Amino acid sequence: MSKMQVALQESPELDELLARARAVRAATVRMAHTGKTPHVGSALSQVDILIALYFRALRPEDRFILSKGHGCMSLYATLAERGILPRAMLDTYAKDGSRLAEHPSPTGIPGIDVGTGSLGHGLSIGAGRALAHQMDRKPGRTFVVLSDGECNEGTIWEAAMFAAGRKLDNLVAIVDYNKLQAMGRSNEVTALGPLAEKWRAFGWSTREVDGHDMAAVVDAVESVPFAPGRPSAIIAHTVKGKGVSFMEDDLEWHYRPPSADDLVRALAELADA
Amino acid sequence: MRNAFIRALTEAALQDKRIVFLTADLGYKLFDDFARKCPGRFFNVGVAEANMTGVAAGLALEGKKPFIYSIVPFATLRNYEQIRNDVAYHLADVTVVGVGGGYSYGHNGPTHHALEDIAALRLLPNMTVVCPGDPAETEGAVRALVRHRGPAYLRLGRAGEPAVHKGPVEIELGRSLTLREGKHIALLTTGNMLATTMQVAVLLEQRGLSARVVSMPTVKPLDVTAVVDAARSIGALATIEEHSKLGGLGGAVAEVVAELGLAVRFKRFGAEDAFSHTCGDQAFHRRANGLDAPALAAALATLVA
Repeated sequence: MSKMQVALQESPELDELLARARAVRAATVRMAHTGKTPHVGSALSQVDILIALYFRALRPEDRFILSKGHGCMSLYATLAERGILPRAMLDTYAKDGSRLAEHPSPTGIPGIDVGTGSLGHGLSIGAGRALAHQMDRKPGRTFVVLSDGECNEGTIWEAAMFAAGRKLDNLVAIVDYNKLQAMGRSNEVTALGPLAEKWRAFGWSTREVDGHDMAAVVDAVESVPFAPGRPSAIIAHTVKGKGVSFMEDDLEWHYRPPSADDLVRALAELADA
Repeated sequence: MRNAFIRALTEAALQDKRIVFLTADLGYKLFDDFARKCPGRFFNVGVAEANMTGVAAGLALEGKKPFIYSIVPFATLRNYEQIRNDVAYHLADVTVVGVGGGYSYGHNGPTHHALEDIAALRLLPNMTVVCPGDPAETEGAVRALVRHRGPAYLRLGRAGEPAVHKGPVEIELGRSLTLREGKHIALLTTGNMLATTMQVAVLLEQRGLSARVVSMPTVKPLDVTAVVDAARSIGALATIEEHSKLGGLGGAVAEVVAELGLAVRFKRFGAEDAFSHTCGDQAFHRRANGLDAPALAAALATLVA
């Protein structure tokens, strides 16, 4: 544990980040309920990562890409929490005529300029953005959040080799390693692990964190690049559905929209936390 | 065409610092001049076309103007979803450059044959599809694409295509070029069949038939006016392309003919809807598909008889 991590844990700011994370989780479950949409588990597992990025790491010149587009509910909610996206827009989520679909569009959503939904695209786009910054010697890092299942896609590893080859130390990949993909355990569907070793072998300076230890996540995203001349990978060990006990580590919530009763129970848990 | 492309792009890149060139490990020594004159703007990204396409979209989002290069099937089909989602969906200012249109890489076999690309790329929203017919059209097309902003596909032949135009040509995207007037049939052609189509017109003339030859370097947006004019004033239309008969220029023109109810005799000439299992060079495959000048002239004479 680094010095800064200790300092942050003692500061009242950590409480604020945790409160914002709870608010984003509540908004996320609410959206899944009213929109009757799946993927609430994937949206919940990445919340602490998004809060650490949007409330601590990201500077105006930085770029963010949610490559695991299906988790976008919590991105929309985080952007609203941060005041970038009008909060009223969240109520339109997944409704006919809304800008907020179940995967983010590159146009019409404040704070989002890369549309994703098909997995394995975001890291290449991020590498292109980072390369442009490197070419122009401009400040600004590009952060890309990936899912673990997404790492089945060959393009992730094409991009990983490319970024390391170009020494893009302004590029950061954060894997939301929630151990569940659409049809089963990520480490059973393919030989995904050892995931951190894979990123290291591809030339990335890699750090593993507990993706729900806010202080640790903040420390990681604020410490990039971990090594000069190398892209940084953060393997964030997370729990699918994190924050709502009956959704945690249960593949059911990759599919099932929360009922009215589920919503009441979830909100009660998040209020008490 | 390939050399004309490189020459024109290098010239443009000297003026326009947004231009970046990416290749997926193809074009050994071809781009040395570009790399030398435009330091820091040439990248061999390795044999990873899908990543190259996403990287190009990211560069474009940051204000660069990337041209990405490989042999047609790898530049268009291997990475098709990246072209669709990352480039076309994002309206990214990326030009996909495919070398080896049609049977240019004949001996290399069907993996290297380029017979579906025009149809595939034409299908994508926001996409401009440009298939120049000779070196002069290629240089004109590059200049037009440098001026253009948005997703585009440039389909090249290989090297050594004969010059059809006498001098430089300015290409306006969406506009065709009439190279020869005629009254019995209009031959609409795109890409590397231009020289052959001009030979066909000469052969038809020997049979007492005069043919209008319309070069259509832009397949999308299609020069609909030229199609309608040819149909109305001549009454017989044929499309000639080194591409599948399905969905390319022939498909695009057929859509116009059918939907406007143009009363016209019409035939598409292109590659059969089949993979070749026989080794052969470009001329061999053209003959096998009835795309050589004598076969085309004979078939066209029957059409207007």
